[in-house]
Amino acid sequence: MIGNGYLLSLVTFLPLVGAALIAVQNGKALGNIRLIALYTTIITFALSLAIWWNFDKGTAAFQFVEDVAWLGPLRYKMGVDGISMLFVILTTFLMPLCILAAWESVETRVKEYMIAFLILETLMIGVFCALDLVLFYLFFEAGLIPMFIIIGVWGGKRRVYASFKFFLYTLLGSVLMLLAIMAMYWKAGSTDIPTLMAFKFPKDMQWWLWLAFFASFAVKMPMWPVHTWLPDAHVEAPTGGSVILAAILLKMGGYGFLRFSLPMFPLASQELAPLIFAMSVVAIIYTSLVALAQEDVKKLIAYSSVAHMGFVTMGIFTFNAQGIDGAIFQMLSHGLVSAALFLCVGIVYDRMHTREIAAYGGLVHRMPIYAVCFMVFTMANVGLPGTSGFVGEFLTLLGAFRANTWVAFLATTGVILSAAYALYLYRRMIFGELEKPSLMGIKDMNIREMVVMAPLVILTIGFGFYPAPILDVTAVSVKKLVTGYEAAIKTAALAVK
Amino acid sequence: MIYTAIVFLPLLGALIAGLFGRIIGPRPAELVTTGFMLLAAVLSWVVFVQVGFQHTTAKVQLMRWITSGDLEVSWSLRIDTLTAVMLVVVNTVSSLVHLYSIGYMEEDPHRQRFFAYLSLFTFAMLMLVTADNLLQMFFGWEGVGLASYLLIGFWYKKPSANAAAIKAFVVNRVGDFGFALGIFGLFAVFKTIQLDAVFAAAPGAAGKTFLFLGYDVDIMTTLCLLLFMGAMGKSAQFLLHTWLPDAMEGPTPVSALIHAATMVTAGVFMVARLSPLFELAPQALQVVTFVGAITAFFAATVGLVQNDIKRVIAYSTCSQLGYMFVACGVGAYSAGIFHLFTHAFFKALLFLGAGSVIHAMHHEQDMRRMGGLASKIRITWAMMLIGTLALTGVGIPHFYGFAGFHSKDAIIEAAYAAHTPNNYAFWLLVIAAFMTSFYSWRLMFMTFHGPARWAHVHDDHAHHDHKDDDHGHGAHEPHESPPVMLIPLAILALGAMLAGGVFTNAFIGVGHHGSADPYKAFWGAAIFEGRDNHILHAMHDIPGWVGFVPCIAMLAGLALAYLYYILAPWLPAATAKAFKPLYLFLLNKWYVDELYDFLFVRPSLWIGRALWKGGDGAVIDGAIDGTAGGVINMTNRVVKFQTGYVYTYAFWMLTGVAAIITWVMLNGGGAR
Repeated sequence: MIGNGYLLSLVTFLPLVGAALIAVQNGKALGNIRLIALYTTIITFALSLAIWWNFDKGTAAFQFVEDVAWLGPLRYKMGVDGISMLFVILTTFLMPLCILAAWESVETRVKEYMIAFLILETLMIGVFCALDLVLFYLFFEAGLIPMFIIIGVWGGKRRVYASFKFFLYTLLGSVLMLLAIMAMYWKAGSTDIPTLMAFKFPKDMQWWLWLAFFASFAVKMPMWPVHTWLPDAHVEAPTGGSVILAAILLKMGGYGFLRFSLPMFPLASQELAPLIFAMSVVAIIYTSLVALAQEDVKKLIAYSSVAHMGFVTMGIFTFNAQGIDGAIFQMLSHGLVSAALFLCVGIVYDRMHTREIAAYGGLVHRMPIYAVCFMVFTMANVGLPGTSGFVGEFLTLLGAFRANTWVAFLATTGVILSAAYALYLYRRMIFGELEKPSLMGIKDMNIREMVVMAPLVILTIGFGFYPAPILDVTAVSVKKLVTGYEAAIKTAALAVK
Repeated sequence: MIYTAIVFLPLLGALIAGLFGRIIGPRPAELVTTGFMLLAAVLSWVVFVQVGFQHTTAKVQLMRWITSGDLEVSWSLRIDTLTAVMLVVVNTVSSLVHLYSIGYMEEDPHRQRFFAYLSLFTFAMLMLVTADNLLQMFFGWEGVGLASYLLIGFWYKKPSANAAAIKAFVVNRVGDFGFALGIFGLFAVFKTIQLDAVFAAAPGAAGKTFLFLGYDVDIMTTLCLLLFMGAMGKSAQFLLHTWLPDAMEGPTPVSALIHAATMVTAGVFMVARLSPLFELAPQALQVVTFVGAITAFFAATVGLVQNDIKRVIAYSTCSQLGYMFVACGVGAYSAGIFHLFTHAFFKALLFLGAGSVIHAMHHEQDMRRMGGLASKIRITWAMMLIGTLALTGVGIPHFYGFAGFHSKDAIIEAAYAAHTPNNYAFWLLVIAAFMTSFYSWRLMFMTFHGPARWAHVHDDHAHHDHKDDDHGHGAHEPHESPPVMLIPLAILALGAMLAGGVFTNAFIGVGHHGSADPYKAFWGAAIFEGRDNHILHAMHDIPGWVGFVPCIAMLAGLALAYLYYILAPWLPAATAKAFKPLYLFLLNKWYVDELYDFLFVRPSLWIGRALWKGGDGAVIDGAIDGTAGGVINMTNRVVKFQTGYVYTYAFWMLTGVAAIITWVMLNGGGAR
């Protein structure tokens, strides 16, 4: 196949080309701008499907590798394996939906909005494809800039506070990660990720490196107690921003744990797993309880996201196939479900311009199709079997039970709490009498909104019944990750003897 | 394939009615779903005969589901006698309820949605009973929970219905919490959750221990108790029962199908299905017996004083489920399933009959505003009478009777034969049988006999003297239901009369003088009995008087109800007054709801608020804002976002990258 060798770069940088095309458009040619953005993201998605189509599920090695000399000893190296492949697809899949969601709701500075989104797409895909630490760092940190701008320019009333809080949180983690990267280069003499995965760092050094990366990833996830930026950021972000934030940016932390912490610092991972477990379990219970008390829809879903990410971190550090498979699945499923939930909020926000739960009620009378969509995603959020939400939750908990029964026991209470807050939200917004005069004229979803929702509904239910397309892709890479980890632990144990 | 058709016809119906109901209109949606259900029901009876009496079991692989590491779970159908019995119960009742609903829901504008939900429920229930692994069972388990949630809250305008729907889902999730942990535990111990593989491996784990929550505990006892927690939630056993009475907010056909005949019996089904595991956990079985006996007693006491016709039947269901668990707990799984089978007919009959009464009374459910209806709605009265006779177990001891007589009395005998401490299970069940008889006849008398109390309730007729009741009420005159509602009642009545006698031998019959046991031939490998489990034989070696005790209890209950509600109608009020604390205790359902509200509901909300405002707000954000306060002030002064910290950030990031690159270049990759 021609272009196979450059396919990853093509997918990564095509959105940038689209952004450049938009940049030269007249700012008033809104139709052109939107169409260019939409076509760019759709073509990018199609190309990423080509990668997925040609992806060999039988090997754990990196595929579609591109390796070019760049700056001195630094290399431009890209590639995907079973763990990163699907995150690329998730990103390219959600982008057209975000562009469509912003079709009418973003009216100011449309040109800049689309440019910011397309740049963001390039950077996010880059994060999942980068096979060089410096390259990864560039994509990872640069990705935050368009996000700040999206929140800060198109956000709500307290947008400056929200994006500043986001910035402060991430800054500390970034600095520490940068130091860690330098230390790794100093020790291993390379920034090549596959090389570093095979390199055996001494145990005490692993601790420091692990903690430095942890500082960055924990904020991104976000893990309790460094999660408080997320509700504010979500509340202020425009719909598309919330979708990308919840669906993709939050996954970078989890991806980072899988790509760096586990394979590169296995001994530290083993010893620090109890810390992760504790923080995960607290996150699940604490944020679920907090979600129960929310009066703002977006905040409620944001807190629910933190709880769901708790399952992810817990699953990753079980070090067994079910836990890690479950964590990856949970991330992808949450990518679909949280995106859909924020889109659902966006639909009524566009009509009513309020996020206050109490301002709604009885929507089912006027918006039956919307009510069905919202129900599907509520159930997926609750982890009902037959939705994608269940598979990830079940596997992470199963993995956790094998690692530590207390962790599984406490985390499983999350399934009770999630049912409580999610159904309580649904009841307050959708059910009941339609009493508010302002809601009397509200209209059901239009065709554009249905086009955005339909694929999400289909995938959420489809993966619930048949998750194999995801689990088969991850299986071999996860197996390699687990065996590599176990081997490292065993070697270290023998060395002690 | 006949099995696949049985399971997926309801799903197909649900999809057609749910997705295209608006396009095709209500009547076609009703006909499609009902037609598919009737077909599935007929096929189920065919399978029942094939499997139960010709012993053709089967397994059908449908599709892979979850594969992860050493975990492999597939969608598959397991067809054995236990499944076949459940197929018959579920599809028969479901198809009759579909049919009945065509009449009952006639005026509802959202009928398509109602029928879609009913069929969806049936599909989930069928996936549950055909499951060949615990995860598919869990899928069906939560799927019926979803359908139950949707149907309880079907009239979504009513706040009480919405509250009841959420309560049902959340309380069931408490049970599912245990179920899920049980599945995790089974996988952790046996490395599989496929039923046959678990059953094969389980004896090896008997008597062994594993580390759970820091304690070294018996594997089988722990796992069975965790799984049983799920059963307690779904089958509304004491402490997890609170959702069931509230679930009566749903339309009455729903109560008949889901909250009487099928879904709530899933817990009993689960224990019987997992009998190879429970037989290895005698202590867990003791808990099952205890919980069942307490529930049978508790629910019956509450049923004595309720005034809502549906709530009386709901507590009755709760109580009867307790009977079934006692049967399973003492090892008489087949007797438990037998009662599940007969109960489905007569309890669905009672609920649908109650629905017919409610229909006749224009949605009045309070029995204090009924009375004297027997002459108005004769057929409904006759059907309810048959249901009552079956529920209270009317029959001639050691001979023949209505359905409940055969199955319930068998359980009471099994409870006696099991020799629980002080025979507590036996006596609790006998007392419950007495109370069952009392509240059942109370219901009959208050609804159908005595003076009519319904004239006063309609304000627009307040000027009528209540002597005029018999004539001239126009639209408010109680009216008999249409045939589409009465035919299902008649079929269920037939079941209530015959299901016991006809099937006793197959379900629980033992061979005399060493000949083969019919029940063993019938169940085959579907139900497992440990080597020392001879309970079905022991039931026949109990003293003769034991067989008469339930009959006496039943007659005493009838006599007392007759005294209270026909002969001396002033007695109930007087008794309530004389024993006021006890009366209030029962009327308020032992105050369990209030206790939970105090213990769980309010604290959760309170803690949630406290963590949000205190934890997230004051502590975490306080720390962040505190350390960063100066910076924020500074940026606020700069005001314009574009010139603010984005550039600061970009600057720092690029500086960092530049630093790395410089560093790398200086080193020149030397360490390699």
